[in-house]
Amino acid sequence: MILFFEKIGFSLRQKITRLGAAARLFFSILTYTPENFKRFRLTIKEIYATGVLSLVIIVVSAFFVGMVLGLQGYYTLQKYGSSEAIGVLVALALVRELGPVVTALLFAGRAGTAITAEIGLMKATEQLSAMEMMAVSPIARIVAPRFWAGIITMPLLASIFSMVGVLGGYVVAVPLIGVDEGAFWSQMQANVDFQFDIVNGFIKSLVFGIACTIIALFEGYDAPPTAEGVSRATTRTVVTSSLAVLGLDFILTSFMLTV
Amino acid sequence: MDRIKFDAWVGIFVALGLIALMGLAMKVGNLTSNDIKTTYQITANFENIGGLKPRAPVKSAGVVVGRVDSIVFDTTIYEAIVTLSIDERYVFPKDTFANIYTAGLLGEQYIGLEAGGDSINLQANDKITQTQDAVVLEKLISQFLYNKASEEEEK
Repeated sequence: MILFFEKIGFSLRQKITRLGAAARLFFSILTYTPENFKRFRLTIKEIYATGVLSLVIIVVSAFFVGMVLGLQGYYTLQKYGSSEAIGVLVALALVRELGPVVTALLFAGRAGTAITAEIGLMKATEQLSAMEMMAVSPIARIVAPRFWAGIITMPLLASIFSMVGVLGGYVVAVPLIGVDEGAFWSQMQANVDFQFDIVNGFIKSLVFGIACTIIALFEGYDAPPTAEGVSRATTRTVVTSSLAVLGLDFILTSFMLTV
Repeated sequence: MDRIKFDAWVGIFVALGLIALMGLAMKVGNLTSNDIKTTYQITANFENIGGLKPRAPVKSAGVVVGRVDSIVFDTTIYEAIVTLSIDERYVFPKDTFANIYTAGLLGEQYIGLEAGGDSINLQANDKITQTQDAVVLEKLISQFLYNKASEEEEK
């Protein structure tokens, strides 16, 4: 029995220690920010790896999410005789919730794992120690560019997701189902507010970008330098990022809706 | 070669992202359609605002001329004070009538302004004195039942 409580206490203490280490990593990244922007080429390369290479999965899944929203929304709305409101439904669902959240989940799976595995492998093959030996800070050279790349990439990906999703909803609603095109767009524009909906969604995606990137970086940086350690760290990245995104989404939404 | 390739792709990516954001703002959102920029504020007192909410539209003859800015409750007169932001292009006479209407049967509530005949116009921070409260369905029903009951007593 005592052993059981000992275990709980140990794992809790370990988690708190890891949280502290992650916070320390975050602040040391911030201290290297000016240097990072002087050598922006490293960040551009990482934007290519996290952003450009994620573009296909984001666009394709956004299109399907939008089309499904269109179909499901039409099915429910036509019961109430207001199928023109389908544009509002698709746009609000995407801009406020699905755009940032689904993009963040895909981002964690597509880019976060790549970051963790790459840094973990660098650590396992002692490339990071070699850098330290040459008086090159691995945080400045490896970690900070990936962090800023993630922050820049996430809101852009979420915007693309929302826009492509709306187009997907349009494709289903207007040419396939036959909802009036003018009503589709005008109802959408009348009910989607720039500040309350679009800017808030943008803020959400920015926060998710920070959370996903820092989790991926920390798990990679903290991974035990073995094959098993790296694989476990990669798994943890996906699990922790997904939970963090969903939890943060609730907190952010409750803040935004009360204002 | 590699450098140019990365730059080009990242450039395309960032451009796409910005285009998407612009598209959201212009095509999906109301950044273009809602070009009410300079406004002046007037207030109106209501005994009951029903389900009126801040940012609800203010319409005159069906045209959106402004938005509800804020709703506060005044404990000195026990009435709701509604502040309206009206587009500067539109001026209304001093004896304008402010009603709270409902769009459709179950739709959102909005304020309808009916212009009066006064030659003096409403200035910023003026107060609309003639208002009509929101129709509360329960009140209507109870009034109807009360009338029915009194009719039957008379018989």
